[in-house]
Amino acid sequence: MGVSETTVSKVSQPSVAVPKRLRIKRRRLLANLEGYLFAAPWLLGFFIFTVGPFFSSIWYSLNQWDMVTSMKFVGFQNYVRLLQNDIFWKSVQVTATYAVMSLPAALTLAMILALLVNKQNPIMMFFRGVFFVPAVTSGVAVAVLWRWLFNPEFGLINYMLSWFGIQGPMWLASEHWALPAMTIMVLWSVGATMLIYLAGLQSVPQHLYEAAEIDGASGFQSFWRVTLPMMSPTIFYTLILGVLGAFQAFTQAYVMTRGGPNFATYFYVYNLYEEAFVKFRMGYASALAWVLFMAVLIMTLIQFKVAGRWVYYEAGE
Amino acid sequence: MNLGLQASQQKLLRTSVQGILRYGVLIVLGTLFIVPFYWMVITSFKTPGQAYLFPPTWIPNPISIDAYRLLWGTTIPFNLFIRNTIFIVIFSVIGNLLSSTLVAFAFARLTWWGRNFWFIVLLATLMLPYQVIMIPVYVIFRQLGWLDTYLPLIVPTFLGNAFYIFLIRQFFLTIPKDLEDAARVDGASSLHILWRIFVPNSMPVLLTVMLFAFVASWNDFFGPLLYLRKLEQMTVSVGLSMFAGYRSPNWPAITAASTLSILPTVVLFVLFQRYFVKGIVLTGMKG
Repeated sequence: MGVSETTVSKVSQPSVAVPKRLRIKRRRLLANLEGYLFAAPWLLGFFIFTVGPFFSSIWYSLNQWDMVTSMKFVGFQNYVRLLQNDIFWKSVQVTATYAVMSLPAALTLAMILALLVNKQNPIMMFFRGVFFVPAVTSGVAVAVLWRWLFNPEFGLINYMLSWFGIQGPMWLASEHWALPAMTIMVLWSVGATMLIYLAGLQSVPQHLYEAAEIDGASGFQSFWRVTLPMMSPTIFYTLILGVLGAFQAFTQAYVMTRGGPNFATYFYVYNLYEEAFVKFRMGYASALAWVLFMAVLIMTLIQFKVAGRWVYYEAGE
Repeated sequence: MNLGLQASQQKLLRTSVQGILRYGVLIVLGTLFIVPFYWMVITSFKTPGQAYLFPPTWIPNPISIDAYRLLWGTTIPFNLFIRNTIFIVIFSVIGNLLSSTLVAFAFARLTWWGRNFWFIVLLATLMLPYQVIMIPVYVIFRQLGWLDTYLPLIVPTFLGNAFYIFLIRQFFLTIPKDLEDAARVDGASSLHILWRIFVPNSMPVLLTVMLFAFVASWNDFFGPLLYLRKLEQMTVSVGLSMFAGYRSPNWPAITAASTLSILPTVVLFVLFQRYFVKGIVLTGMKG
């Protein structure tokens, strides 16, 4: 790479013998060549590890393949089988429930935290750190740690509940409480969203608040009428990311419950993982991947459509 | 006049009540956020007997380091997992820094046919769920005979990462053109300009990328889970999940392993909080 770059720039020195038009042409060619050379690592990776796999996964999804015997073309059979599969529908239901349960709660908590720490002083810097730290810890460590906290007999959570005379549930061992437990865990990791909201809050023009105050707006009113509308693009952005993330939930199911009890946490991607890398049904798993992709794409498009009604973009932006 | 005084007094009262309320809520929530960490650390210093006491104790007595000793033993070679992970992390940080800087420079400062098109494509890849390409990528590495090696975890990092490219590009765009033009007049090559002008002036963003790449590689779970199967090759995250899955979990040992696995990232965060925050705010990415 280094060698070719230096030769390129040496050649690009105009030589006297070549006519001007040709010189410009050649310089442009070399500039293009240089651009593509610098971008080459990503372009290479893009074609080998994104474009190629993107299309071959369509092909896989139309085949039956266990990676040992040869591929067998089956048309849309994988997709038909998937729609008739109870586990598929269960995983869809679990994932949707999880998204509906955890997203509003997580975004609301992130907003509350951002509002609380939205002041410039060392104490606030400290609290920002406290709320953010769980977000840099590994997903596995978080899941493992919360499995211990949710331990029905010796866990901290049921112990703390016992202070209030509440007999805590079985949490991860209970079909009804496993998903709520994972939602509580997710609330612990909202630090990144909090930071995004904080940046949004700090970019709301101060004069809007001053105007609201002159008009006699209460703190709550100015939040409702100024902060929220001004923050709506940011909230929309985190909502899109949140839906994407919720539909890709995997680690917590793998580490905490193995999809159980009785499929209560059998997330979509957990199902996909089991089909592909435990049962080696690569064709069927690819069909699952494509259905996920389509679902996420459609949900994102719908969100963009609906966004026109509630997301406020300042004129000129 | 009298009325005005009352109003200002009222306002003062209101702001101080609000202040007390704010700090009260912050202290409660802050405690709730710290307690899980505290619980993890104290469990790791308990003996198994102490860990299974009810009601649980808030301070281990006696403080035992048996759990950590166990991790350095032969039954669970966690020290080996740490060494393996450090090996992967070093290469992937170097790979990400090198490749993403080069590509970011192409997008920020070079003029080439199709640049804007490719930049949109780059951003679009950020929205693509990994699951769509996961199986064919696995098949590629399998055909290359790279299963049970670290290559699938390291080689792709040398091919650039869309997030990091975007971050660095945004920073490069803010560097004044004069410096570059002066160097061009002197006949400096693009690579020279990148290395001598852009890299030294972009330390904050490069540090951010370094931190992100470190955290992502250290915490990576799915990659090692797919590509590594031998115990002696395992990384911290897969090793931790493995032995947390044992039938009768030894919670002091597991929490000790968790503590060790989050320690490096937490220390980096405490040291470089500012750079983490910058990166997240710009890309909306989790560390």
